Amino acid sequence: MSKRVGIEVSLAVAEAVKLADADVVAAYPITPQTHIVEHLSELVADGELDAAYIPVESEHSAMSSCIGSSAAGARTFTATSSQGLALMNEMIFIAPVLRTPVILAIANRALSAPINIWNDHSDIMSVRDAGWICLFAENGQEAVDMTLAAFRIGEDPQVSLPVSVNIDGFTLSHFIEPILLPDKAEVDRFLPPFKPVIKLDIAQPISVGLLAPPESYTEARKATDDALLASKAVVKKAFDEYEAVFGRRYQVVESYRVEDAETVIVAMGSIAETASIAIDEMREAGQKVGLVRLRLWRPFPAEELAAALSAAKNVAVIDRHMVLGVDNGPLGLEVKSLLYDAPNRPRVFNYVLGLGGRDVTRDDFRDIAARVSSSQGVQTRYEIVGVLA
Amino acid sequence: MKKPIEAIVKAGDLPVGFTAQPGSTVAFKTGDWRSVRPVLDREKCIYCGFCYYYCPDGVYQDMGAEKWYKPDLDYCKGCGVCAHECPKKAITMTLEEV
Amino acid sequence: MIEIRFHGRGGQGAVTSAELMAQTAIGMGKFAQAFPSFGPERRGAPVTAFLRISETPIKLREKVYEPDVVVVLDATVMNVTKVDQGLKADGVLLVNSHHGVEALRRQYAFTQKMSVIDALGIALEVLKVPITNTVMLGAFAKVMGQATPDDVVEPFNHRFGPSLAPKNLEAFRRAYEAANLEGRA
Repeated sequence: MSKRVGIEVSLAVAEAVKLADADVVAAYPITPQTHIVEHLSELVADGELDAAYIPVESEHSAMSSCIGSSAAGARTFTATSSQGLALMNEMIFIAPVLRTPVILAIANRALSAPINIWNDHSDIMSVRDAGWICLFAENGQEAVDMTLAAFRIGEDPQVSLPVSVNIDGFTLSHFIEPILLPDKAEVDRFLPPFKPVIKLDIAQPISVGLLAPPESYTEARKATDDALLASKAVVKKAFDEYEAVFGRRYQVVESYRVEDAETVIVAMGSIAETASIAIDEMREAGQKVGLVRLRLWRPFPAEELAAALSAAKNVAVIDRHMVLGVDNGPLGLEVKSLLYDAPNRPRVFNYVLGLGGRDVTRDDFRDIAARVSSSQGVQTRYEIVGVLA
Repeated sequence: MKKPIEAIVKAGDLPVGFTAQPGSTVAFKTGDWRSVRPVLDREKCIYCGFCYYYCPDGVYQDMGAEKWYKPDLDYCKGCGVCAHECPKKAITMTLEEV
Repeated sequence: MIEIRFHGRGGQGAVTSAELMAQTAIGMGKFAQAFPSFGPERRGAPVTAFLRISETPIKLREKVYEPDVVVVLDATVMNVTKVDQGLKADGVLLVNSHHGVEALRRQYAFTQKMSVIDALGIALEVLKVPITNTVMLGAFAKVMGQATPDDVVEPFNHRFGPSLAPKNLEAFRRAYEAANLEGRA
């Protein structure tokens, strides 16, 4: 039986890791992620979680340790943010190809420079092509549910890939809100013990982390990409199983009031909740506006997103990251690319907002809807919402 | 000339996680890279072990009671480091017969 | 849904106030959300914290711009921060001060309903430290009808532990009994 508690989302994520009975946590603290690993270190120190907590000296070492422990067959978790993820970068690209299902919570925070400790998606977007399965949580309940689902998905023998659970820094990580914390018996029904596909074993040694010359590098990358794309089916299956055990339904792409919507806003993460309220208010005022939200970012849910946008006349894509040197943000580029061959190609607009912790409000979504409806032609470059004219 | 296909394997045929059985270098005999081989004058050898320690491929074997070090020519690449480091100039790099 | 903004100084428990009241409301079966104004935390600097309480799930994640209630934990903050910024016309301003309602209205031109309580006096008497958060929560709970002393027992025990919880419950109860709207206690 789940327990309903008022708890800080970071602590709830740590509780989920405890419920998943992780074997190894190797982490380095960084704002706004610190409360997650701080609480985990307490749980380990207090004997509530039987795990090895490795207080490493950097995030590079954190991910190195995690890859090693995962390859040794241990259920492995870490968490980071921003510069910490940047320092992990080298190892982030290694975990997927070695097929080590490390679970990483990212309390998303802006990348320097200028230095900024607040929320946006520039950290995860900097490693979006590394080969990780990327899930985005919209609220505290999802942060817990996606953390548990991440272990189930990543460790599935068909998948065996690392998974990042993206939790907006501060605007999610530091909120206290009601969360249903599952009990251990429920979690055990959902999450089987980790049975690694590859395992470092002294009795049956293997070599891991090999050189691939020009004769096989392409194929090694392609094998990883095939596994990542194929993992979408397991993500969906895991969400179905999650619903069967916990009663909460999750989909890789979710639509809200898109029926008959002329303009559909596409978003990821916690701003989608505020957007849904703005859409309720705009609907009441007679505006035909809807919302599509990606819970799964990698592998990119192309078919599901195309289906969700199939009836829209205008698509307004929101990016929480500014790509320097190109006309659209990462989600904007994906959506434009996705819809290029669509039979009734809608107009696609790209808006950048909520960078470096700038608050995202209902007014921002009203502003976007107004800009789209007053636009006569096509947009050639992303526009920023919430800056001085 | 048309470039021949360099690929040696299909993506789907690779082991998961790009792993391999360990110890594959044992089967990889590098001795045939050699154009000169080390030849030891045991009269000059003082059994100091410099050749054993300096060999970058670890091909020298300690012969114990015989008091000398023997290179494993299956793996010796003929680099000549042993001859260069030998304090008694007891090792001569000699051309391989063709 | 009611929206509340807390004003205090770093170290006085403004963030804890919002958290405790959210946990109390959630414990009562309601929905609530508490969050700090994010940033580097510095003892003594003016800080704000936000709280929403609702009978239905809360999806709004923007900051609170037009609060129904403003709680001022430290009167000196009023000299550097416009604490009634955005406060709804029919909102309530709850202030820790040993001055009266009318004196504060004259000094700061407050126009909304007010409740003033000498939280510092109660804190020093009961807790022996100048930390006013649990006192102000007692006043808030009473004036806004959001919770009773019984409702806060569990969250206080969880937060403060066996040595400090009874004193904080006493501080809460003292304010709960004394506070009233448009009055000074």
